[in-house]
Amino acid sequence: MDITVNILLTIATAATPLLIAAIGELVVERSGVLNLGVEGMMIMGAVGGFGAGYLTGSPWIGLLAAIALGAVFSLLFAVMTLSLATNQVATGLSLTLLGLGLSGMMGTSFVGQPGARLPNLDIPGLTAMPVIGRLLFGQDPIFYISIALTAAVMWFLFKTRTGLTLRSIGDSHTSAHALGIKVIRYRYLAVIFGGACAGLAGGHLSLVYTPQWVENMTAGRGWIALALVVFASWRPWRVLAGAYIFGAVWIGQLHAQAFGIPVPSQLLSSLPYLATIVVLVLISRNKRLTMMNTPASLGQPFVPDR
Amino acid sequence: MSANQDDANLLEVRGLTKTFGTLTACDHVDLTVAKGEIHALLGENGAGKSTLVKMLFGTLEPNSGEIFWNGQAVTITNPGFAKKLGIGMVFQHFSLFEALTAAENIALSLDDGSPISTIAAKARALSYSYGLPLDPQSLVGDLSVGERQRIEIIRCLLQTPQLIILDEPTSVLTPQEADNLFETLERLRSEGKSILYISHRLEEVKRICDRATVLRHGKVVGHCNPRKETAASLARMMVGNDVQAVVRAPAQGIETAQPLLEIRGLSRKPATPFSIPLKNINLTVRAGEVIGIAGVAGNGQGEFFESVSGEVPQQDAASVRIRGKDAGGLSITGRRLMGAAFVPEERLGHGAAPRMKLSENLLLSRHATDGKVFVGAGGMVKSDAIYAAAQRIIKAMDVRKSAADPEAAALSGGNLQKFIVGRELDRRPSVMVVNQPTWGVDAGAAAHIRQTLIELARSGSAVLVISQDLDELFEISDAIAVMHNGELSKPLPIAEATFEKIGLLMGGAEPGHAEHALETS
Repeated sequence: MDITVNILLTIATAATPLLIAAIGELVVERSGVLNLGVEGMMIMGAVGGFGAGYLTGSPWIGLLAAIALGAVFSLLFAVMTLSLATNQVATGLSLTLLGLGLSGMMGTSFVGQPGARLPNLDIPGLTAMPVIGRLLFGQDPIFYISIALTAAVMWFLFKTRTGLTLRSIGDSHTSAHALGIKVIRYRYLAVIFGGACAGLAGGHLSLVYTPQWVENMTAGRGWIALALVVFASWRPWRVLAGAYIFGAVWIGQLHAQAFGIPVPSQLLSSLPYLATIVVLVLISRNKRLTMMNTPASLGQPFVPDR
Repeated sequence: MSANQDDANLLEVRGLTKTFGTLTACDHVDLTVAKGEIHALLGENGAGKSTLVKMLFGTLEPNSGEIFWNGQAVTITNPGFAKKLGIGMVFQHFSLFEALTAAENIALSLDDGSPISTIAAKARALSYSYGLPLDPQSLVGDLSVGERQRIEIIRCLLQTPQLIILDEPTSVLTPQEADNLFETLERLRSEGKSILYISHRLEEVKRICDRATVLRHGKVVGHCNPRKETAASLARMMVGNDVQAVVRAPAQGIETAQPLLEIRGLSRKPATPFSIPLKNINLTVRAGEVIGIAGVAGNGQGEFFESVSGEVPQQDAASVRIRGKDAGGLSITGRRLMGAAFVPEERLGHGAAPRMKLSENLLLSRHATDGKVFVGAGGMVKSDAIYAAAQRIIKAMDVRKSAADPEAAALSGGNLQKFIVGRELDRRPSVMVVNQPTWGVDAGAAAHIRQTLIELARSGSAVLVISQDLDELFEISDAIAVMHNGELSKPLPIAEATFEKIGLLMGGAEPGHAEHALETS
């Protein structure tokens, strides 16, 4: 029983950074902007979070620093693509490259240092309950943030007027502009929100997952988050499902490798990707629904004529 | 003239000017709209009508000039401010969001924070009271163009505007839908609202408008009472000279002529959730005749053109036959090699590559059919021959341009269309399929294009024209078929066709039956 609980906990820890980064990117893409710099913003969050936590000794300050650094880094992307109307794909890719390089440089003195770890929740009486206690009341704070964030984004996008406006901009920025909606302002805020989420996801890696700094420690998670958004057809609950399927198969194959199952390890390592894609493609079979949820102006620069 | 409370003018515009680079789109335009009148803004495509109203609605900033609203000078900086003043706009190219419902679309343009359900109920009530029934829960992507326009109008009315600007509202409607719209406009006028009505359709302007302002090349060339003018005199004001009428000699012996384009049981599943399936389409176009296909936009014309041109090949090779041979499985190039030529609706991106020169665009479409002339040994392109051919087409079609061999995107819409049509005509094709031949083309050039299509047919080719412009189809066709919801009616010989018959078919009625959608209002 304890093993099962432990496995479930590791799955949640593996899924949380993917979920947060993907939810942030989902909001960005719903506004019609494609930011391929998730990996770069994430690694900046990771190095910033670790650094601030290590230097001040407080993982909470580290957490705030991770969010702030991700947001500031995304602002660079926003200025380039929204105010200067550069190509979003190229700018996003260079953001990732810049983030990977910059974080490596910033983190040289952090390598091998012990970091501060965010404490797990501990509610007297509840956390000690068998099985569900640790699952529901004993996880790290970012886990709870990730679930609340998913619900909040879902509510924001589909229940509020501002969310409707954001979706309308993603559907057609020219129509939105014609109605007098401030397209660029909305997109700035969406991109910065996405950056903050990516930073938080990076902070989870260096403050919870493995509380230390290793160069390139995001290891492609930003790209997985990007893929999740598309395969989940831009819908929050599907992103959550995708992140957890990925996390589950990831942890599962690690255990399988440890048991020495006679399957090539390369094949096992590819399983999480395969399983996530298959499941999300299967649940996205409804073409009409997918069409309705795909931001039609995704990736197109918007330059209003004046 | 200072602020004057007795002034009956709701809107007054003085010396409004807008330049884009070296082009002056609006040049010191003066305009007044009185309370409770329907005021027409007339002009050809590119005369500056749309630019003018965009400045009135705050989506464009004028370079100079003044706008007075109820006698007060105002600077309209954004659409939100225009709406606050009481200006509402129904756009020519709809500003709707396809992936959202009608109610959500309406909510987006209202500034109050009331819940969607309240807005939906209001919209439904208002739409029925004006005889424009609307289901607020329907997804815009699923709606016909006429229904989409209803949403635009209802959305505009919910803001209780004093002035409603309608930009080319009837260009996408069936004649019956247009009648319905005119009734709505007359009712709004009787409620004291003012309407600025943009159109290049003279008959309807004569019918409903109280005054007209005519624009030509960005300048006001006259104010008049359209009821006292004739269509010809209005056209002369718009164009600046008399428009050559299109001459169509009667076709001889068509019944026995060889069928050059045959479509047999053509069906196609919808490619996307918002596109129209084609249902068992049959049509024969014989040597020497022009067949027109009418229909409200978005009833499958685009899908039909793609299937006939080979942009999307068919499973059944016999469903499209060119000069007696199966062509259904062939690509565009394959069909071109059989003697067919195609002009798609979308000029930039479909008919021509925007950032490439005209000569390069010529090579792109004709490298296979004219390989011997344009491509030499070892696949080397013969630039001189291509350039000469491009200049020949430019001369034949009177294409006006700023450089010897400009990029396609540098040409105005009408001139680019002349080049694209000329590029295909230059091959003397035996089958010619054209989608919207004169959309956005000025009257003089449109007459030229129509005349060349008729002459091509009379010289022994089969010509198929898909158009939303009924006047155009009546001018050039020997028979007209109507496309509705992916089905094609039998072609009606031009002698038997009337606007009313075609209009009913466009609305989806079987010949001889009443149109029920109009009755519900």
